[in-house]
Amino acid sequence: MSKPKFKNPVVNWIDYRLPIFTFMNHELNEYPTPKNLNYFWNFGSLAGITLVIMIVTGIVLSMNYTAHIDYAFDSVERIMRDVNHGWLLRYIHMNGASFFFIVVYIHIFRGLYYGSYKAPREILWILGVLILLLMMATAFMGYVLPWGQMSFWGATVITNLFSAIPLVGESIVTWLWGGFSVDNPTLNRFFSLHFVLPFVIVGVVILHLVALHRFGSNNPIGIDVKGKQDTIPFHPYYTIKDLFGLSVFATIFAAAVFFFPNFMGHPDNYIPANPMVTPAHIVPEWYFLPFYAILRAIPDKLGGVLFMFGAIMVLFVLPWLDRSSVRSSQFRPLYKLFFWFLVIDCIALGYLGAMPAEGIYVVLSRLATAYYFFHFLIILPLLPKIESTRPLPVSISTPIITASSNASTVMAMREKK
Amino acid sequence: MRFSKLVLYFLILFNFSLSKLALSAGKAIEYPDKNWSFSSIFGTFDKASAQRGFQVYKEVCAGCHGMRLISYRNLAALGYNQDELKAIASQFEITDGPNDDGEFFTRPGRPSDKFASPYPNKKAAIAANGGAYPPDLSLIIKARSNGANYLHALLSGYVEPPKDMKVPEGMYYNKFYSGNLIAMPQPLYEDGIEYLDGTKASPDQMAIDVTTFLAWASEPELEERKKLGVTVILFLIVFSILSYFTMRQIWAPIKNKN
Repeated sequence: MSKPKFKNPVVNWIDYRLPIFTFMNHELNEYPTPKNLNYFWNFGSLAGITLVIMIVTGIVLSMNYTAHIDYAFDSVERIMRDVNHGWLLRYIHMNGASFFFIVVYIHIFRGLYYGSYKAPREILWILGVLILLLMMATAFMGYVLPWGQMSFWGATVITNLFSAIPLVGESIVTWLWGGFSVDNPTLNRFFSLHFVLPFVIVGVVILHLVALHRFGSNNPIGIDVKGKQDTIPFHPYYTIKDLFGLSVFATIFAAAVFFFPNFMGHPDNYIPANPMVTPAHIVPEWYFLPFYAILRAIPDKLGGVLFMFGAIMVLFVLPWLDRSSVRSSQFRPLYKLFFWFLVIDCIALGYLGAMPAEGIYVVLSRLATAYYFFHFLIILPLLPKIESTRPLPVSISTPIITASSNASTVMAMREKK
Repeated sequence: MRFSKLVLYFLILFNFSLSKLALSAGKAIEYPDKNWSFSSIFGTFDKASAQRGFQVYKEVCAGCHGMRLISYRNLAALGYNQDELKAIASQFEITDGPNDDGEFFTRPGRPSDKFASPYPNKKAAIAANGGAYPPDLSLIIKARSNGANYLHALLSGYVEPPKDMKVPEGMYYNKFYSGNLIAMPQPLYEDGIEYLDGTKASPDQMAIDVTTFLAWASEPELEERKKLGVTVILFLIVFSILSYFTMRQIWAPIKNKN
């Protein structure tokens, strides 16, 4: 150690032996970040913060929750009525799940739009998809815990999907349930897994961050950082920007928690689970609806399950499906168009997932499902062959000069030089 | 990407997910919107109405419907004092036990007791009602889509059935019930009860009052939640504005260089 890095001698003493402060300084303070990130780059940190909120509220809720079919519903109501600010904790946790998915879906579509999954960030992207899968499993099991009608019937429908597996399907379902129907053993194991999976998510998030910090963030124009002039230190520039993003997010989140806490839930989940009465429509939480639509679009049970999981699996191989060397949609006019088609398609799937599986909805679901896979499996691999991309700028610091850019920009450029 | 655009996208996505859920309820029957005292952002429960609603529940609904999640002590939120709560609770017989002799016994209710159930168990409730279980009302407003308007409409929806419709024995026609045939007979009649505060007990008045009472029972935290919500949102808006200008300040050198 040539000279002390930190002013505080205690910090220096510790850092010499355990370089945790050097690490934090490197990764959170001076960490060089492209200077042109837009607000869509806020959603990564928002997702991380939401995860922490979910874990903290979840731990406190678990202290007051009873994972037993006879007590689960009432213990949740006790939290709502008798535990000090229990209603606040539960509504934050309940709406937090929805907001987590809103944030993560925006984060994913940002990655799609700006080509953040491309080399050398493939593993970063794959870890992200893995986090999405873990989140879905966690959210699904969390929804079962209040043991309302939708909890019970949602669990029944989703676990039954595994019975589509040839030969061993039925045995697997029995094994998952811990019995011959969704019952107390199922609730117990779901609680246990719902508690532990978020910590697995934290682990994968750490790997996600390690992979991120290897090459740094992608950026809106999608070209590599060329040197120091292209980056700024993370602190204070992005800490303050993330803080501002967080405060806006928190305002919207609080509006939901305090004024519309049950808007994203289903009223049937305030009816205690009853295995003898099936609800008129079994609908999953909104964030599963696109996948639910794909599941129901396929007339065959096993096929539906395969396509539903396939919809996620295809994301794992996305970096090898899209071989265009240009990352950002800003320079890929055709890809940009198809990106928005995909967004519309996913929203359409979400809408169709909420509709009853009959009549025109079935036809539309099939078309939307077909298009989803068509986008990833056909359009993306073909696109680089037919697309003429726009010229890339020299570096992040150098504005793009093309025929389309107007004279005043060029003038401004000249004046600076 | 301009920030306003981002917010717009965010809101579109958010709203979309919400409207989708509203749609997922299917072809719902339209219920008249009653503009409840508790439905606005600053909404509170009309306590006089909720007290009358409790009277309606006690004298009409409680014959068949339990409210197992509510204790007599909770009624303090409607403006009853401790003595009144004790008096209310003691009107009910509560089965307690076993005592030291191993016997179950009945005693007058205490404020800490949950509302007395009209039936000893669910099977008894089903048996006494021709196979239809009268649902517990503790959460009924939250457990139905558009709960308050739905319940008010349902209680007011007993009209003459269309001429060509045959109403089976033990069923009743209700224009707001899904399928129009309900096992619950019309509960509210003109002057069916005599309000303690002298209000005229018209069926609509009783329907409004009992809905207000049940809305409170479903969401007893509503007033506290909305009050805290206003404070939190105001704080966050100010915080957002301050952090925005702090950000502008910090970023000024970077922005100016470009």
